[in-house]
Amino acid sequence: MLAPYGFLAPAAVLFAAFLALPIGYAAYLSLRTVKVSGLGLGKGSRREIWAGLDNYARSLSDPEFLGSVGRVGLYGLIVVPTMLGLALLFALLLDSRRTRGRNFSRVAIFLPYAVPAVISSLLWGFLYLPAVSPFYYVFQHAGWDVPTIMSSRLVVFAVANIAVWGGTGFNMVVIYTALKAIPTELYEAATIDGASELAIAWRIKIPIVMPALIMTFVFSMIATLQVFAEPVTLKPLTNTISSTWTPLMKVYRDAFTRDDLYSAAATSVVIAAATFILSFGFLRLVQNRAFSQEK
Amino acid sequence: MRLHTGTRAATIVAATALLAAACSGGTSSSTTTDAATTAAAANEKVELTFWTWAPNMDKVVEGWNAAHPDIHVTVNKQDGGDPAVTKLLTAIKAGSGAPDIMQAEYQKIPTLVSADALADIKGDIDPGLAKQFPDGVWNAVTLGGDSVYAVPQDSGPMEFYYRTDVFDQLGLTVPTTWAEFADVAAKLHTADPTKYLGTFSAADAGWFTGLAQQAGASWWGIDGNAWSVSINDAATLKVADYWGGLVESGVIDNKPMYTPEWNAALNNGTQVGWLSAVWAPGVLAGNAADTAGKWKMAPMPQWDAAKPSTGNWGGSAVAVTSQSKHAKESAQFITWLNTDQKAVTSLVKEAGIYPANIPAQTEALASPPAFFSNQPDFYTLAGKIAQTAGSFTFGPNVNVAYSAYNDEFGKAAEAKSKAAFTAAVQSMQKITIEDLKTSGFSVK
Repeated sequence: MLAPYGFLAPAAVLFAAFLALPIGYAAYLSLRTVKVSGLGLGKGSRREIWAGLDNYARSLSDPEFLGSVGRVGLYGLIVVPTMLGLALLFALLLDSRRTRGRNFSRVAIFLPYAVPAVISSLLWGFLYLPAVSPFYYVFQHAGWDVPTIMSSRLVVFAVANIAVWGGTGFNMVVIYTALKAIPTELYEAATIDGASELAIAWRIKIPIVMPALIMTFVFSMIATLQVFAEPVTLKPLTNTISSTWTPLMKVYRDAFTRDDLYSAAATSVVIAAATFILSFGFLRLVQNRAFSQEK
Repeated sequence: MRLHTGTRAATIVAATALLAAACSGGTSSSTTTDAATTAAAANEKVELTFWTWAPNMDKVVEGWNAAHPDIHVTVNKQDGGDPAVTKLLTAIKAGSGAPDIMQAEYQKIPTLVSADALADIKGDIDPGLAKQFPDGVWNAVTLGGDSVYAVPQDSGPMEFYYRTDVFDQLGLTVPTTWAEFADVAAKLHTADPTKYLGTFSAADAGWFTGLAQQAGASWWGIDGNAWSVSINDAATLKVADYWGGLVESGVIDNKPMYTPEWNAALNNGTQVGWLSAVWAPGVLAGNAADTAGKWKMAPMPQWDAAKPSTGNWGGSAVAVTSQSKHAKESAQFITWLNTDQKAVTSLVKEAGIYPANIPAQTEALASPPAFFSNQPDFYTLAGKIAQTAGSFTFGPNVNVAYSAYNDEFGKAAEAKSKAAFTAAVQSMQKITIEDLKTSGFSVK
């Protein structure tokens, strides 16, 4: 009778200790705050008290938070379609029968994913700064007037570019693996029916790898909401990335620069809830279409 | 904040008794009497940990450990001022994990005291110590009250660094007033549009604070039982307006310092001047090694030439944390580190700091920094400049004000508009005061 629970126990304990408890603690912190009295210099001049939903109200009405949400929305609109479009294109090209140097290309496209975001942001940061960038050196000598990419209007593209560069390879491998699983009989049948490579890709390959595309889309969406390392690394190089440029940067600033864990916890809960709703909302929306074969 | 009277009396009685016991017992050698007392009496080795980011601090501490077999200090290297404070505050909240001794920048001390992270060491140090440091610096470790939260280590009086070769080549004279600075900046940039006399860095709040301090600002104050915030005072607005004008006209660059671009500009001579502090030679040697012998240091340009003044950029003190079980030994160590001639000389040599301790300065600063061997009177001049630093009071939320500086002046520098610069000062004031009020501090 106890055996099933015994098998379940390790997972349940790990889940509770490393996921449920910290989440619960964050939720608890988000309802608390510290009140200082007087000059705040003496012992006992700080008391932790219940704050109710004050932290949430402040977080949701903070123009900086709303600004960061808007920025991340724009960033997502740039990154997700570009990255997944490129990943699908590369996967289809690699899968095409006439492609040469397949293994080399696959590794070469995947490689940027192995570079940590902080390192790639530093490398790209150098390339973005006109005074030290070889690109701008060439532009200058060619007489082209190329705008600074880290200026306030373009900086979102500068950050998006790093994400696309780093993420395309991973998504390509996911899609490519799904393509490899397609039985070749389907292609033979299609060829006999007179379908071109392009028609095979469009009519057979893409519909079959749709679940993989949806999964990469959901992952990319979550990664977008959590963008942090790239803008934080670029921040010291430019005036145009503020300390609340993305929602997670605001959480970091509140927790570690302002020493206000409570507001940071509230904002984190909001971000987690938004991620949850967006991911599951999207999955529910496309479920019938994408996963109908699995049922 | 303070020990209860009873506890304090007991501590003093106990300390006196131990001192008497140690002296009469004659167990310790003459050179280590003060340090060895408590430990010798307790008859056990005291282990202290020390969080610091000063380079080569372990070498300086070796001198202490060799002379004090009973009190062993272990240096724990930190990444820098901000991360170390974050770590310390976390350890204080957690109730354990803090070191005994902590390096802290002056502007962080009110924040740390407010979080109850630092011990009041008034009872553990020589009362005469105050006289050995400049008033402004001592004020920063007492917060203007009766307690003592740290012993000052170094200070960063601001100075003007310039490229003598470029100045000579273009026939420029060293500016002594801010009006002249603006003229020279314009002449230089007109003569060679790739060159700038400096940059307005929205990334360095401490730098702007020093400039405001020079103009007479002091952003926080204690007024009875309430804090006052005066970031938008006339002096700061004057400074912001001045720099906004320079950036708007384009004669001063608007890019942050400490970027690869800035390093390249220092090296290739397109940054011809740098308003920096006494520790600048170390930075120049590291970031612009090719320019050795081409720089000189001069006093800051002045608002009022008749009343020379400067501000401070950087500098830190060494404190005992509230979690230390050996506050007395820790206080002995930090006193030695920052006042003993050998220790201070070693700090200058190994860590490249400008010591705050006045009696130890003469011997420790006998020769100019290697990068400025072309200016033999470097430290004589620096000493004179240091005396003109005004007093500046930091508040309990400097972190909030500084992060507001980065964001607000980042926008202003990018907009390159004079009006945006003064608006940024007003935003800083608003954000800082609102944060104090939200936290519950009494604010005037």
